[in-house]
Amino acid sequence: MSDPLFGAMRQSIIDGAPDTATELAHQALANGIDPLEAVNQGFAAGIKFAGDQFGCGEMFLPDLLASAEAMKAAIKILEPEMLKRGSEREALGKIVLGTARGDIHDIGKNLVATILSASGFQIFDLGTSVTPEQFVAKAKEVDADIVGVSALLTTTMAGQKAVIEALDRNGLRPRAKAIIGGAAVTAKWAAEIGADGFSRNAIDALELAKNLMGKVMNEVRSKGIAEA
Amino acid sequence: MRPRIQLLSPEVIGRILREAFELLMDPGVRVGSAPVVELLRSAGVEVAAGVADNDGVARIPERLVQQCLASAPRDFYLYNRQGEKAVHYGGDDVHFDPGSCCVQMLDPETLEARPSETRDLVRIVQVTETLPQFAAQSTAVVCSDACGDSRAASAIGDLYRLFVVLQHSDKPVVTGSFSAAGLQGMIDLLAADSGSPDKLRQQPRAVFDVCPSPPLNWSEFGSRNLLDLARAGVPAQIVSMPLAGGTAPVTLAGSVTQHAAEVLAGITLHQLAGPGSPVVWGGAPAIFDMRTGGAPMGAVETAMLNMACAEVGKRLGLPTHGYLVATDSKLVDAQAGAESARSAMLGALAGINMISGAGMLESLACFSVEKLVIDAESIASAYRLARGIEVRGDEVRGDEVPSEKARGEKVPRETLATAMFAQTGLSGEFLKLKETRALFRQEQHLPSPVIDRSARGSEPASDVFTRARIRVDELVSKYRKPTLSEDVLRKFQAIVDREADRAGVVGTETGKNVGAATGTTLGALGG
Repeated sequence: MSDPLFGAMRQSIIDGAPDTATELAHQALANGIDPLEAVNQGFAAGIKFAGDQFGCGEMFLPDLLASAEAMKAAIKILEPEMLKRGSEREALGKIVLGTARGDIHDIGKNLVATILSASGFQIFDLGTSVTPEQFVAKAKEVDADIVGVSALLTTTMAGQKAVIEALDRNGLRPRAKAIIGGAAVTAKWAAEIGADGFSRNAIDALELAKNLMGKVMNEVRSKGIAEA
Repeated sequence: MRPRIQLLSPEVIGRILREAFELLMDPGVRVGSAPVVELLRSAGVEVAAGVADNDGVARIPERLVQQCLASAPRDFYLYNRQGEKAVHYGGDDVHFDPGSCCVQMLDPETLEARPSETRDLVRIVQVTETLPQFAAQSTAVVCSDACGDSRAASAIGDLYRLFVVLQHSDKPVVTGSFSAAGLQGMIDLLAADSGSPDKLRQQPRAVFDVCPSPPLNWSEFGSRNLLDLARAGVPAQIVSMPLAGGTAPVTLAGSVTQHAAEVLAGITLHQLAGPGSPVVWGGAPAIFDMRTGGAPMGAVETAMLNMACAEVGKRLGLPTHGYLVATDSKLVDAQAGAESARSAMLGALAGINMISGAGMLESLACFSVEKLVIDAESIASAYRLARGIEVRGDEVRGDEVPSEKARGEKVPRETLATAMFAQTGLSGEFLKLKETRALFRQEQHLPSPVIDRSARGSEPASDVFTRARIRVDELVSKYRKPTLSEDVLRKFQAIVDREADRAGVVGTETGKNVGAATGTTLGALGG
């Protein structure tokens, strides 16, 4: 089904206009549009476009954040109805995020959280200076698919290694994937500490998370087949 | 506050002008054409017999120069093909155009210089057309394929360059003639493009570089060009080029003085022929390199000379021009970047109205279109610097944000920071502020991917030349050729044919040569 409202919804996200997005969400409900459809065909298309535009340098961080905020505003209106209909948006995956122990720089981590959340991931944000134990506890609690550790400083990057080791020690990997990010993080470092992936910015992180979820699904499937 | 750099005190400028006026009387100025001698004599100037029949040494009194300065316009505009004002020659407005006129092109594959051809000029024009950093085109390179072989064909090489540029660009053009006789064809070409000679006079599309020969010599070619341009009402840009220590006093102040004298003499000839006709206080001064005997365009002293010469022109209230953003390096390397970016900044801070030279290597001998796109980034940074730090005292209207929500909403901005902190507290969430989104494009210059600011990825890092090559291809594919009417194209062709005949081109042989290249330009390179 294609509704003329979908185009406006997409645009409200691209414009980063939370008020318009809210209004359109209300309108969709009033018109009896399936809220899940409104998200998938309308608003989410806007986030996808914004992400692509950011990727090719046409949109910038403040624009991207505004788009994410508009997305959040729309979801907030549609969510109760989705719950009511039992058609809540299936999360793409569950991600535990935080900055490495001793690191209080969270701009990058917050951006990743915002973009992933707006794109349909369920985010458990542990904040800044998170210990390996806290990462492990949360990952266990929510049965996380992905654990993301951000570090800005070369001195706190060691904390990323500590988290990965803790995840391994507690048997959370390979079920959960560990990803890292931050200004000083390189592919070499990621390989060295055995991370499942790293990204340079929030949009790359989205791609990475989606790819890893594909992997998780495949592993779950093949495990299922093996057990059967 | 707009940042400015000044190298000369008002007292020193006064001394420079006083001595320049003295030079115009003693030793005087060599003038190399009978009509110019006649024009000066009829204005009461004493012209002593020179070496040749038609040249002489003129002693030009300050009184006459002052009278001519008074009739020269303080400012004027160049127009684009659409008839819009595109370049403002005057005040402290700053514009850039690519350098001219090279005979070599840097091959990005082999990194060797080879003779430039029509396809190179077209590529330069295409890239220049798409870059907002360049307010004007230039007839950047000589086309050796069309006009390189015979003497007669090269006699219309100047016309041919303009012919190619006009077909591929809507922007104003900085150009110049190679001979006294060649100018009229170029003016005719521009008039055909504008619609009529009168239209061209009212809304000039091009400015012509006219050069005296240092020291203090207005040759037949240069002085005849000045007279013809003044009479046609087409802007003339006097490009005096003293070489400090070689063809001019070794001191920078001494060379600036010689420059002033040469340009003052030029303005006098020009305004006597066409009072009120637009004329630019321009130049390409440089130091003389004491090792190589060359003119190092990337030297900081060369930039200083350009800045100081422009300061003298500004004191006289005239539009200004300089030659910067060039390098002496033969490759697009760190030296090229450093020299070009440095002089772009200095030129912008000096408030020079038109700054030529971008894209040029090897002390103006070789052109690189890859360097042109890198220079465009330096120019953008120079513009940003010259804009200074703006204190936004008024309120910003929400519609500066491309958002429906914010439309009509007013964001208070009377404070520098406290109003924004009132919203964020200590959360540090400035990225989410309306102000951030509304203002970051004004506060920050956002460079093209030529400038690498990305984090290190898994692929090896690229160098700027590699990125520039990609950027050139992208810009060329983005470029759209302007549509010229059949009528204008026919007129263009007729003028080129006529000038080829005039230059003594035997119709069958070299005429074909020019025609063939023309065909290429009109056809295959049309893109």
